[in-house]
Amino acid sequence: MKILVPVKRVPDYEAKIKINSDGSGIVTDGIKWIANPFDEIAVEEALKIREKGDASEVVVVGIGPADAATQLRYGMAMGADSGVLVTYDGEVDSDLAARAIAAVYEKGEYGMIIMGKQSIDSDANQTGQLVAEHLGLPQACFASKVELGEGSVKVTREVDGGLETVEVSTPCVITTDLRLNEPRYASLPGIMKAKKKPMDEIPLGDLGIEPNVRISIRKMSPPPERAAGRKVADVAELVSALQNEAKVL
Amino acid sequence: MGNILVYLDQNEGVLPKSAKIAITAAGELKGAWSKDKLIGVCLGKGASAAADEALTFGLDEVHFSEDAAYEKYRAVAYACACQSVYASASCDAAVATANTTGKDFFPRLAAKVDAVQASDIIGINSDGSLVRPMYAGDVIAEIELSGDHKFVTLRATAFDAAQPSSASGAKKELGSVDIPAIAGEVVGYELSGGDRPELTDAEVVVSGGRAMQSEENFEKVLFPLADALGAAVGASRAAVDSGYAPNDWQVGQTGKVVAPNLYIAVGISGAIQHLAGMKDSKVIVAINKDPDAPIYEIADYGLVADLYEVVPELTEAIKAAKSAG
Repeated sequence: MKILVPVKRVPDYEAKIKINSDGSGIVTDGIKWIANPFDEIAVEEALKIREKGDASEVVVVGIGPADAATQLRYGMAMGADSGVLVTYDGEVDSDLAARAIAAVYEKGEYGMIIMGKQSIDSDANQTGQLVAEHLGLPQACFASKVELGEGSVKVTREVDGGLETVEVSTPCVITTDLRLNEPRYASLPGIMKAKKKPMDEIPLGDLGIEPNVRISIRKMSPPPERAAGRKVADVAELVSALQNEAKVL
Repeated sequence: MGNILVYLDQNEGVLPKSAKIAITAAGELKGAWSKDKLIGVCLGKGASAAADEALTFGLDEVHFSEDAAYEKYRAVAYACACQSVYASASCDAAVATANTTGKDFFPRLAAKVDAVQASDIIGINSDGSLVRPMYAGDVIAEIELSGDHKFVTLRATAFDAAQPSSASGAKKELGSVDIPAIAGEVVGYELSGGDRPELTDAEVVVSGGRAMQSEENFEKVLFPLADALGAAVGASRAAVDSGYAPNDWQVGQTGKVVAPNLYIAVGISGAIQHLAGMKDSKVIVAINKDPDAPIYEIADYGLVADLYEVVPELTEAIKAAKSAG
């Protein structure tokens, strides 16, 4: 079985995000780009399955400009066998990303897609579910545990109020939550090897996909500032403030 | 002019706050997008009673099914049921609250009807544009959706629950819907948190960070404070990653977003990741030994102290204040 793992390029979660002067987007000059942390977890899970002998190959896929190859190489440095970059320079929304991923899946006899539950830039939490529906596959989202069976997989999902375990048939789409695993770091030999691993570049048009981005950002602004309050000297002052000023007790 | 489908959570015949929030937002969208009717959907055991309750909020129609296929939530089954209502009730828009149910199946439903979805919105402008946070809340974006079918999921903390008005709408039972085998089965469920309120619903949240040092300290130090306040217990990612608290207690960009009346952060330094999940709380209290901890930049009241000394003291003081008040 081959596992397909989408990897998205996002700004480093530690970077201070600044909005450009006309509010049309963020300032990207000087920003460090990383692989979406949830996608790293997805790569790790796929590698674990391969290492157990339940998968033959792990392929990372991305959509975006040529630069997005860097994050696919990172996935390969972690241990993925090869990469597919769907090249496209325009705006990509969840729907376009999902259609591109679905098209790559259909070209390659994959048995499973594992991907992050959300990207830390647009925070939309949609693409995995969209891919599943486009391909008519089962979905198991927000996974914190994955147990492969014969023709099926048991996935423990992080849901409001606890953990839920679902059993779905394979092939399927699994989206990863934070606690699924601790992604390994790319080792130096891994990074060297990754440079020689095969990477396919496919222009979006060659997949027969017409971009139709239906979500547009009109304006970005910083969140309202929350003013710092004050320090209290002791518990008595705190309780008094909560009772008499804030009136929340 | 089409109608808006409103997905309504229900628990054994009762509408939780998340459903009432969806009704509020659907009402706002109806005005902003010039839509015609609000069409509710309730699924699972108790859906009939929940539909009766939903009608008291002024919905035009509420479709329900207590078919065994919906007894346990499953993304594919719920998406298929909603698709059937969406088509038969001439909808061209849909709304759900972005809890783990809405987040899970709404994109799937959107793909079925070729809709575009705006996730986790925090505002609806009168001109039809929407407001949503991006980049862990560092950016507030005003967005526009185009196309024939528009979906929205809502950040629960940003909308108020609807109030009952008049019931004049129609209750309709959903007929049989084909659920493909890919829907799978729910084979287990493990509740965490015991009798305390659900994090995202709680009026008061007490959260612990890495400085809690252990699961036992959560129990010994934090639980009594939470119980004195009738609060839900939360945790920072650091505390969850260290195994001090279960996963679903995590407050932050990648966990739960909460906005209670009172949020008490105990031994939490205040990483951006965590702040994104709680900075809309009405009153924030921080207790941390480090006077320079970033949490103090947003806290209304900061107490620089050793949590092991002051949290038990605070617990007793709150008990005393409550019994006096």
